[in-house]
Amino acid sequence: MWAEVGVTAFKLAVIAGVLLTVVPVMTWVERRGAAFIQDRLGPNRVGPWGLLQPVADAVKLLFKEDVTPAHVSKGLYFLAPAIAVFVALSTFIVIPFAKAEGITLFGVPLKGLIVAPDLNIGVLYLLALSSISVYGIVLAGWASNNKYSLLGGLRSSAQLISYELAMTLAVLGVLLANGDLRLTTIVEHQGKLWNAVPQFLGFLVFLVAAFAETNRLPFDLAEAENELVAGYHVEFSSMKFAAFMMSEYINMTTVSALATTLYLGGWNLPGVSLPSGWLGLLLSFAIFFAKVGFLLWLFVWVRWTLPRFRFDQLMRLGWKGLIPLALLNLLWVSLGLTQGWW
Amino acid sequence: MELWVFYLAAAAAVASALVAVTHRNPVINVLALIVTFFCVAVNFALMGADFLAGAQVLIYAGAILVLFLFVVMLLGAPTVSAEENPRPIQKTLGAFLAALVAAAGFFFFRGFSGEGLASPHAGVTTHALGRLLVGPHLFAFELVSVVLLAALIGALVLVKRKH
Repeated sequence: MWAEVGVTAFKLAVIAGVLLTVVPVMTWVERRGAAFIQDRLGPNRVGPWGLLQPVADAVKLLFKEDVTPAHVSKGLYFLAPAIAVFVALSTFIVIPFAKAEGITLFGVPLKGLIVAPDLNIGVLYLLALSSISVYGIVLAGWASNNKYSLLGGLRSSAQLISYELAMTLAVLGVLLANGDLRLTTIVEHQGKLWNAVPQFLGFLVFLVAAFAETNRLPFDLAEAENELVAGYHVEFSSMKFAAFMMSEYINMTTVSALATTLYLGGWNLPGVSLPSGWLGLLLSFAIFFAKVGFLLWLFVWVRWTLPRFRFDQLMRLGWKGLIPLALLNLLWVSLGLTQGWW
Repeated sequence: MELWVFYLAAAAAVASALVAVTHRNPVINVLALIVTFFCVAVNFALMGADFLAGAQVLIYAGAILVLFLFVVMLLGAPTVSAEENPRPIQKTLGAFLAALVAAAGFFFFRGFSGEGLASPHAGVTTHALGRLLVGPHLFAFELVSVVLLAALIGALVLVKRKH
């Protein structure tokens, strides 16, 4: 039993380490990327190419005064950032980051670089937890006792409910084609053909919904700076503010990893068979993260390219655009399944 | 260990349910209800019903209560002060109904043998549930979806603006 606990601890340490490293790297990528898209240089003074800028930012945030406004609802005000980070960090335990054939650690088979390999309801767990993530934002908005925060929180809850439907319907297509809720099985199933090819429509719907679920531009109406100041986190300072930023970037990573697993074949590359053992683990991890890295860059790319939607446009796109498209995708997948196309 | 998890989850469920009906702030009521649903999901998971646990969190805690919270926040429901008591009949009626449910639960529990229950850790329940839904229980399943559709159309008709 202790060996299994050790293996799980090892995986947790590796994956949490990777995720928490992605956060500062992504803040740097975002600022530099934005700068290059806008024909500026961006932060380039701290360290080579400004790479140490996130470290300086983190130190600054840690040492800033943590102001608690007098008019907030105290308990919920402290709880909201905690919920945001907790949910963001706990979703990734069902995502397989790399394959691990023939590797044992302390005499226990590794079963892939995934924290909970035996959880039968992988995708369902992920969707359930990501639907909880809205509470962090809504509670932050309400507990701040500030009209801008409240508006941000309300917008965010309406948006998340609308786009969650489209996202779940798109994921349903993948589940239908693969017949299992476990993400490891879904990845193995895509050895020959990635799901993004036959289910291109579903992939598209998933990606758009992913932008909305992570509150990123063009759907960042919860924080819309020019009308709501900063939306739900107006009243938060120091590490509480940093917690919201962290959860946003972790959520982006999780959703990119999910898109990679569900649609882009996980660690599969067409025509490449990976060796077993530690080399295979490292290679598959590298392939997986190359894909996740591309999707993460896509998030940055889109953010600095497209303007923000208006709220009614957002709702119309969600209910009248994405949901019918997701249903169409579902019909298409069912048709293919009955005809034996894939 | 599982027994301790059960006791913890059950105690938290009862405590949060009490908060959900007694607290004066509607937002806290909704939040307490979310905690209750989570604890129920934990108990489902302990019984080996992993799909049910996931669905419980996804549908109730993640979707329906977000709507509740949305409405409560949008209407800005005021905190009810302790002195005024505008609903005297409802309180008595509620207590009576609660006693009735408790009595029913007690007698059900006394005559309960555990027969017909799926054994815990039966393996994958998602597949079995799906088979049951589109197999023997297809008619009930379709009936429920028709009821839901009717409710959907009803809601649309009720809120439609008159031109």
